[in-house]
Amino acid sequence: MRVNFTVNGRPQEADDVWEGESLLYVLRERMGLPGSKNACEQGECGSCTVRLDGVPVCSCLVAAGQVEGREVVTVEGLADYAKQRAEGGCATGACGTSLQDAQPGVPSGEAWGRAAKGQDSQTGEGTELSAIQQAFIDAGAVQCGFCTPGLLVAADEMLERNPSPSDADIREALSGNLCRCTGYEKIMDAVRLAAARQGEAV
Amino acid sequence: MDFLRPASWGEALAAKAEHPTAVPIAGGTDVMVEINFDHRRPEYLLDLNRIGDLEEWEVGADSVRLGASVPYTRIMENLRGELPGLALASHTVASPQIRNRGGVGGNLGTASPAGDAHPALLAAGAEVEVESARRGTRLIPIDAFFTGVKRNALAADELIRAVHIKKADGPQQFSKVGTRNAMVIAVCAFGLALHPETRTVRTGIGSAAPTPVRAKAAEEFLNAALEEGGFWDNGKIITPSVAQRFADLCSAACNPIDDVRGTASYRRHAVGIMARRTLTWTWESYRGTAAHVEGVA
Repeated sequence: MRVNFTVNGRPQEADDVWEGESLLYVLRERMGLPGSKNACEQGECGSCTVRLDGVPVCSCLVAAGQVEGREVVTVEGLADYAKQRAEGGCATGACGTSLQDAQPGVPSGEAWGRAAKGQDSQTGEGTELSAIQQAFIDAGAVQCGFCTPGLLVAADEMLERNPSPSDADIREALSGNLCRCTGYEKIMDAVRLAAARQGEAV
Repeated sequence: MDFLRPASWGEALAAKAEHPTAVPIAGGTDVMVEINFDHRRPEYLLDLNRIGDLEEWEVGADSVRLGASVPYTRIMENLRGELPGLALASHTVASPQIRNRGGVGGNLGTASPAGDAHPALLAAGAEVEVESARRGTRLIPIDAFFTGVKRNALAADELIRAVHIKKADGPQQFSKVGTRNAMVIAVCAFGLALHPETRTVRTGIGSAAPTPVRAKAAEEFLNAALEEGGFWDNGKIITPSVAQRFADLCSAACNPIDDVRGTASYRRHAVGIMARRTLTWTWESYRGTAAHVEGVA
């Protein structure tokens, strides 16, 4: 079957998709976006976390056919997504749809297209890192790196909702993302750092 | 495999009638695991995501009509007052990512003895609204819904549309045993609801029998003991011997197995502990409320 949806602000079309295929498989194997990782395939590890219409989900548990007409953001598009949000995105009301109304601050595909011009939101290259990505580097929160994309997407979404999270808030928001290297302390440091920098910037 | 994408509830019922083997998929948190692991190759997948009604809820005078696909996250955020037991249970489901997709309709469809929503639904009192194109709507009482391990009372052409859950008229609690606070399938779980309006207590036990069950003998014992001692009126602390007997009867209502998550005897033991604790928590809360009301009067 054919599936049309928006990935990191760009309309995409996937052909010959098997009906039982996951969104994760489509992203990695058909769109050339290997940022979302394939580990447990049962929703236990969070390494495939993406935003589906703004909501963090395990892409391994979303059937490809279910994303028809919907918007997906992967770690490759995270920096642009965060930039767009910082610039006001659709919270200005310039491109309000029901989705945007329900999720203030979530940039629409249209706004994305403009912002992403000249950069590459498909590979994430040539773009300045988002605050959470930079904080992960600065805090040394990356060891083997396999869990990192999922953690970045989940942590960024939490900071969007909750700019000054408590440690308990961070732990809960990241409770669906497993890291087998770091013991989570550096990851906690990174999220606290990103939240602090976000606070300074305002 | 065929992927069916009905745009409305009517279309979904027609598709299910035409293809009774079609597997409904909403949040996908159960179905996709089975497909990813090659445990299941359904002929048809019936996607319910395009039916917006299923993600809505209505708060009525006595009950909440909860759409089958309302994600657990929404229940936690919006229905804590009306459905405190289910909101607590929802918060123990897996992780934020899973709670953003999964809902009670899918939990009921899978009908696992370990489904987190079930003890809360049993304790609160609920009816499952199911529908077929040919025979229309029927309401299945939650006590008659679970028919075996991962089996429920649905006919092949029926879909779950909503769950009607009684609004709380007193304190409710939910307790679950697992190795950590997230990403845990219950070793066992327990839900308890006080119903001061009818002066009854209802329970729900998860993961300790082939299906989710109520501890009916324990409920009857406690209802009689509370009535006899005038507890609903005098708001006294429940006698430790009464609480212990209640806990023992809850343990006795279990019919558990040994498996990788725990032994049968541990499950029986833990259900008793959770029964005593949730009874204490809810009763303390009831006494607090009662005292407050008296103070005002």
